[in-house]
Amino acid sequence: MSTLEIKDLHVSVATEDGPKEILKGVDLTVASGQTHAIMGPNGSGKSTLAYAIAGHPKYEVTSGSITLDGEDVLAMSVDERARAGLFLAMQYPVEVPGVSMANFLRSAATAVRGEAPKLRTWVKEVKTAMADLGIDPSFADRSVNEGFSGGEKKRHEVLQLALLKPKIAVLDETDSGLDVDALRVVSEGVNRYRESGDAGVLLITHYTRILNHIRPDVVHVFAGGRVVESGGPELAEELEKHGYVRFTQAGAPA
Amino acid sequence: MTADVAGLAPELAGAKKGQGDRPLASAGERFTSYDVEAFEVPGGREEIWRFTPMRRLRGLHDGTAAFDGTAVVAVEGAAAETVGRDDPRIGEGGVPADRVAAAAWSAFDTATVLTLDGTPEPVTVTVQGPGEGRCAAAHLQVRTTPHTQATVVVTYSGSGTLADNLEIVLADASQLTLIVTDEWADDAVHVGAQHISVGRDAALRGVAVALGGDLVRNSSTVQYRGPGGDAELLGLGFADAGQHLEQRLLVDHAVPHCRSNVHYKNALQGDGAHTVWIGDVLIRAAAEGTDTFELNRNLVLTPKARADSVPNLEIETGEIAGAGHASATGRFDDEQLFYLQSRGIPEDVARRLVVRGFFGEILSKITLPELRERLEQAVEAELAVTGA
Repeated sequence: MSTLEIKDLHVSVATEDGPKEILKGVDLTVASGQTHAIMGPNGSGKSTLAYAIAGHPKYEVTSGSITLDGEDVLAMSVDERARAGLFLAMQYPVEVPGVSMANFLRSAATAVRGEAPKLRTWVKEVKTAMADLGIDPSFADRSVNEGFSGGEKKRHEVLQLALLKPKIAVLDETDSGLDVDALRVVSEGVNRYRESGDAGVLLITHYTRILNHIRPDVVHVFAGGRVVESGGPELAEELEKHGYVRFTQAGAPA
Repeated sequence: MTADVAGLAPELAGAKKGQGDRPLASAGERFTSYDVEAFEVPGGREEIWRFTPMRRLRGLHDGTAAFDGTAVVAVEGAAAETVGRDDPRIGEGGVPADRVAAAAWSAFDTATVLTLDGTPEPVTVTVQGPGEGRCAAAHLQVRTTPHTQATVVVTYSGSGTLADNLEIVLADASQLTLIVTDEWADDAVHVGAQHISVGRDAALRGVAVALGGDLVRNSSTVQYRGPGGDAELLGLGFADAGQHLEQRLLVDHAVPHCRSNVHYKNALQGDGAHTVWIGDVLIRAAAEGTDTFELNRNLVLTPKARADSVPNLEIETGEIAGAGHASATGRFDDEQLFYLQSRGIPEDVARRLVVRGFFGEILSKITLPELRERLEQAVEAELAVTGA
């Protein structure tokens, strides 16, 4: 049982005109066994929240706290957060030329698990996980994300999720840019992870269609840098019908 | 002293041509001579010197360097000869094309000639620098007999300043794997010239590794004596803070149906780390059926490091099998680091992963497992030394 707890989080990003506050007091608690969806219009700060949790150096936390099972996440380096059990599936996964996917996955698994996985079981584990996501085995020899299509990158993000088995996974617009088949495959991957054990999911999305595949327990509406409303799955249905207008007006600065 | 061209021997007429007064129209026009005084003292603006920090050459280029030391050349695994300057074989590999190479040629007393015959076990040559504050000239010739298949590892190490010429003469239908490593101490300056002459149907597999030293500049020229020649030149360099590594290559295709493949990779880490790669390939009118490719990749690991890359392909005949070149310099950037770290991989491991992956395709070509392991470790040590 794990809990990611975000309290009154304020985050700024450096701009040419000085620091600009993006997150303005986010409160959110995600426990394992739960799937939370964060929905909101473009520019509301959803991705900033994802990056702040992962510890991207571009984003500065000015106040508030993030803890994982009581441990201070903000005091951890990026890699320490991952080893503590946090995972971010990125909206734009980064290309790392020269490093093969196979080598990358093994290095990551070694770091997260604290020891190198036994070669024989590892090869089988990777093969199975790739097959589950419809990834051709030849991708293992390719450089990390290099020349991958948008859909291929997203499949590989979920592949890493499956292999690294974090306590809490943040999925940042994992559904964007996917065709219907890819969306189904990726969603199934997330559901397998979620059902495999004591895992929590924070799903960030702009669209409701992924929620047809991944059933959220809680839906949060994000606007103006904070959570403006939370509810059950029915909240997503309302958004589907009426859009974000009601919330963007509510979240707009006075 | 300034060279007086008019007073020189007939073969040196035109000595000043192409030494900086005007740009050379072709790499094939460049001036060559065994005589140091036939070359003007370079000032640093000449095309072939413009990337080199002249002040760090310790006078090798302007005649002020006193060759007051000795570089000991030791050969293991085969019998080598020590010969005088008048040995008729000296110069078969090629002729110096810059003033430092000519200075070394003019200064050496004895040369080491290593003749490889049959299928010997790997041969090791070590060239030991003259020691800190000393300067030496050296001359080494590696030659094969027809149909020989051999592997030679030449390692430069130690301290001091060295200018040398390394002649590689491949007899017809011989195959030579040649690995040259510059593994100098931090103070060392090495300006080397390699003169490679490839016989008919002969094949050279070369790997050049540059790791140590304050300044290391190697100029290699490949010439073919008959059709069917093949030269693969791979290179790996790791420049750390303040280090200047320069690799200059000229592959001169003057005979038909020869191949060349140049593939150099450099990594840079630390303030003032500087690599220079110049890749000239010349396909002369007679060289029909030539197949050539040259590639340079540089990986800049930290800001304030500089990689210069100048590929240059001259083609004088359309009847070729293939010719191409490519160059790219990329940064190991913060986003890549963030991505790898976000998967739990610590920063130092992430850097190692990227550098190992980058050099993997060069190191994997080194077929001697012990040497490959040693070089892999040397690369990792470079990372550790300058790692933030």
